[in-house]
Amino acid sequence: MLRLVNLTKTYRTGDRALTDVSLTVEPGQVVGLIGPSGAGKSTLIRCINRLVEPSSGQVFLGDTELTGLGRGALRRSRRRIGMIFQEYALVERLTVMENVLSGRLGYVGFWRSFFRRFPPDAVSTAYRLLDRVGLSDHVDKRADALSGGQRQRVGIARALAQDPDLLLIDEPTASLDPKTSRQIMRLIVEICDESGLPAIINIHDVALAQQFVRRIIGLQAGRVVFDGPPDQLDETVLTTIYGEEDWSATIRTAHDDDAVDPTEQAEGHDERETPAEILDRERMAGLS
Amino acid sequence: MAGTPASFPQAWRKRTTRGELLLWVGWLALVALFVFCWEVMNENTMWFFVVDAPAQALDLGSRMVPPRWSYLPALMKPLWDTINMATLGTLLAIVMAIPVAFLAARNTTPSERFVRPVALLGIVASRSINALIWALLLVAIIGPGVPAGVVAIALRSVGFIAKLLYEAIEEIDASQVEAVTATGASSAQVIDYAIVPQILPAFAGICVFRWDINIRESAVLGLVGAGGLGLALQDSLNVLAWPQVTVIFVLILLTVLVSEWVSARVRHAII
Amino acid sequence: MTTASPANRTVWRRPPFITDPRLRWAIYGGAVVYLILAFATIDVNWVRVYEGLDRGMRFVRGFLVPDFTSRWSDIAQGMQESLTMTVTSTVVGILISVPIGIGAARNIAPMPVYLFCRGIIALSRSFQEIIIAILFVAMFGFGPFAGFLTLSFATIGFLSKLLAEDIEDIDEAQAEAIRATGAGWWQVVNYGIQPQVMPRLIGLSLYRLDINFRESSVIGIVGAGGIGATLNTAMDRYEYDSAAAILIMIIIIVMIAEYSSSFIRKWVQ
Repeated sequence: MLRLVNLTKTYRTGDRALTDVSLTVEPGQVVGLIGPSGAGKSTLIRCINRLVEPSSGQVFLGDTELTGLGRGALRRSRRRIGMIFQEYALVERLTVMENVLSGRLGYVGFWRSFFRRFPPDAVSTAYRLLDRVGLSDHVDKRADALSGGQRQRVGIARALAQDPDLLLIDEPTASLDPKTSRQIMRLIVEICDESGLPAIINIHDVALAQQFVRRIIGLQAGRVVFDGPPDQLDETVLTTIYGEEDWSATIRTAHDDDAVDPTEQAEGHDERETPAEILDRERMAGLS
Repeated sequence: MAGTPASFPQAWRKRTTRGELLLWVGWLALVALFVFCWEVMNENTMWFFVVDAPAQALDLGSRMVPPRWSYLPALMKPLWDTINMATLGTLLAIVMAIPVAFLAARNTTPSERFVRPVALLGIVASRSINALIWALLLVAIIGPGVPAGVVAIALRSVGFIAKLLYEAIEEIDASQVEAVTATGASSAQVIDYAIVPQILPAFAGICVFRWDINIRESAVLGLVGAGGLGLALQDSLNVLAWPQVTVIFVLILLTVLVSEWVSARVRHAII
Repeated sequence: MTTASPANRTVWRRPPFITDPRLRWAIYGGAVVYLILAFATIDVNWVRVYEGLDRGMRFVRGFLVPDFTSRWSDIAQGMQESLTMTVTSTVVGILISVPIGIGAARNIAPMPVYLFCRGIIALSRSFQEIIIAILFVAMFGFGPFAGFLTLSFATIGFLSKLLAEDIEDIDEAQAEAIRATGAGWWQVVNYGIQPQVMPRLIGLSLYRLDINFRESSVIGIVGAGGIGATLNTAMDRYEYDSAAAILIMIIIIVMIAEYSSSFIRKWVQ
């Protein structure tokens, strides 16, 4: 379904984020991508839909080579790839419905989308998806009025509204508390199973990855260093990926549904700044 | 580290000797500059007039009261013109400023090398020239009257609105743009769905704020021939009709207060 | 969850910004009526505008080939007045603004002082520079001294207001901590407040310097000295190439001022 061939990305600063990454994701397969911060997880999934332009190598989605496409064709291919983001990346000041409908933007013309006149089937799909993720009562609320878990559900609905052939999921639980994290992961995996949708999930919580996915890829300094089922993740493998550390607790919690890696809890924050929407006095005073 | 307390220094100063010296030299240079400028500026000042000023002020004051309130009805049309110059000028400026802002913002400009500097130059040029000077030019070019005032206000406001707007665009959350791009949206759709919602409150605030400033400015544009209250002021000054001048001042003051109140209310409602 | 089956709903309308439909239509209608009336009362003399196109072209040509030389002594004199006026009025303005700004901060000034200082600020802010210039010229005679007074007066309103608001916005805990050490009023201002507002004060002062220069190019129109008078004369004599030269100089000086002030502000913070 998805095939990466010798994918390499070197940033303009000279940082090499990915080196010769080759892998294949079969239809219906959910892959967990683990690795330390800076290993290139984010870059890898962004290279697939070319939000980040790969330096060399190829990406095939089905029979299409995404890496060779021009602007228009790339847009049409992006419709087939749903993406779910770390900090939800909802358009905060739009309603929940507009956020979900924005998944259909690739399918409608500019003026239709400008006047928010989406085709009836798109609207009914959006209602159905919002019902599926349990947000039927929040259709007309603004996205920034929702809680973190609810926002991520909107993010999932937006990605599904694209009617995708593949899901790219970037740290879906990074800003959620442990319980919500598990609910969101369960929802994602269920949805993928229901429709045989393949997915790549970036995740830095090893325990969570082991709990929910059946194939794990370990990335270290831009190279694939592990590819296999979760039960093969042992102390040696984790040390190759992350470096020397006491891994016994992590491996144990992987089999315990409710226990949580304590470091994860500390990271479950949500302190993102709201975009500057208030004209602060200084900026106004600074000009006349 | 259990040294004796006596080993600590007894004197403490915020800056080093060198730093302190530099600071003093800096202050001295500032004072010297001030004195120099003062001398040059007042080369031709007639100090006799300055000494005489309090008497002149009293004289002026006595001539300005009582205000000639019967002049008020004749000011209604100029007031209407003033408000129109400000409002229509702001609207015209908004129409011109939006594309300029998108061309000037780092994250939306088509070319940071070529287009952005041109847009920024336009913004600076518009901002450096006061509305009165714009009006002076436009009155000479398209003749006296309200249209010159509208265009003058617009030309002055373009830079202001575009500058604040492009700063707002540069501050937006990039991940929202990324998310909408990832759905396969076209660039126009990305602007509509990801950028516009984020800048809309700032944009509305900027426009109302500029409208408020424009009311003030358009009240005096008539001094150089572009309609409104300023024109009445100029006429009254020409014939030294100080009681009328007082009435105009009061009216300008009231207009400014009302517009300030309106703009504060509207901005409050938006944010 | 929902009563109707969600898949049956094929229409969605974005909730309107103003929820009350009557108010919404009243606002739209009012705006349309206003615009019609406003445009109807503007009488454009198209013949005059058409004639003006020629002058406009001459002006554009003047911008492309500005004439700095033929009126150079006038321009130099005007620029000299503008620049000296800017510097002196900014310095004097700052010196007066600081005590007034402190006095107008509700959290450190006693009530009578507060009201007095706020009164001065309101007085200074309520009129445009040009109107104040008219009055000062009438009192002090023509020339840059009247301009200097105008700009100083305007600076006071601008700086004191922002300074006062800044002081009101400071982190109370820091001032409180200084007060808790037993410091007197002056020491609280010096140790608890000054460090917090100083960078902003410097930034605002530089910014006001910039504004004062721009204003100094205008008040000459009513006789308060500076480049505005030269510009006005050039326009009256239809010397568009000299006028263009003056405008170009104003733009360049403003650009220099803006660049250097942003540089200094970065250096201060």
